[in-house]
Amino acid sequence: MVGALTWAGIAVFGALGAVARFRVDEAVSARRPGEFPLGTLVVNLTGTFCLGLLVGAAVSHRLLLVAGTGFLGGYTTFSTWMVESERLGESGDVLLLVANLWLSLILGVGLAALGWHVGRALA
Amino acid sequence: MPAGRLSISQVRLAAIVAGGAAGALARAGLAEALPHAAGGWPWATFIANLAGALFLGWLLTRLAERVAPTTHWRPLLGTGLAGALTTFSTFQVEIFTLMHDGHGGLGIAYALTSVAAGMALAVAGVVAARWGRRW
Repeated sequence: MVGALTWAGIAVFGALGAVARFRVDEAVSARRPGEFPLGTLVVNLTGTFCLGLLVGAAVSHRLLLVAGTGFLGGYTTFSTWMVESERLGESGDVLLLVANLWLSLILGVGLAALGWHVGRALA
Repeated sequence: MPAGRLSISQVRLAAIVAGGAAGALARAGLAEALPHAAGGWPWATFIANLAGALFLGWLLTRLAERVAPTTHWRPLLGTGLAGALTTFSTFQVEIFTLMHDGHGGLGIAYALTSVAAGMALAVAGVVAARWGRRW
């Protein structure tokens, strides 16, 4: 069972995660403008490493909900990754589209694994 | 900026906060309602991610091509709600966990199905926004 305080924590940290994603994406896009959606990739990969760390360290269900589902769920995004890929396909950048899908998947699973092992070693 | 009024960037930030809180609550609720056993298909993340991809494809296309730009709808419903409802980190850690626990085939199927269906639904959302009436 999840208590009211945990739900409030999920809401607050989800909001903070979404703001953090907006800020990081903005900073990356300003520094590295271009067709490739690098900001979303950076956000998604860093967030995945951190979640791997939490799961590997086997933190409590409540902390996992607030920090993992809340903050990192708000911070990382699947929908933007998909719509940005759709836009690349629409503008004919098939190479960038394929790169965006596969880089995210392969690096993502790799960083999840790395985070998990680091988390387990630290716990 | 006149005293007592919010600047555009403050409105945008407030919209992301409100949308982000709602999206995170919705996904946490879904995750609590649909827990999956070890070696099971992660339905909660799957449903949240696909619904979000469809919705964001529709929303961004409709806002960009059909209605005049507004200060709050995109940050509220796009960056905030759809962004926080969907997740990349949980998706990837679920794939890793499935593979690590000896369900490699299921992990790969989950990864590829999510991306293929997510792309198809993002396209469907874009197409729906272009075909739809101005409602």
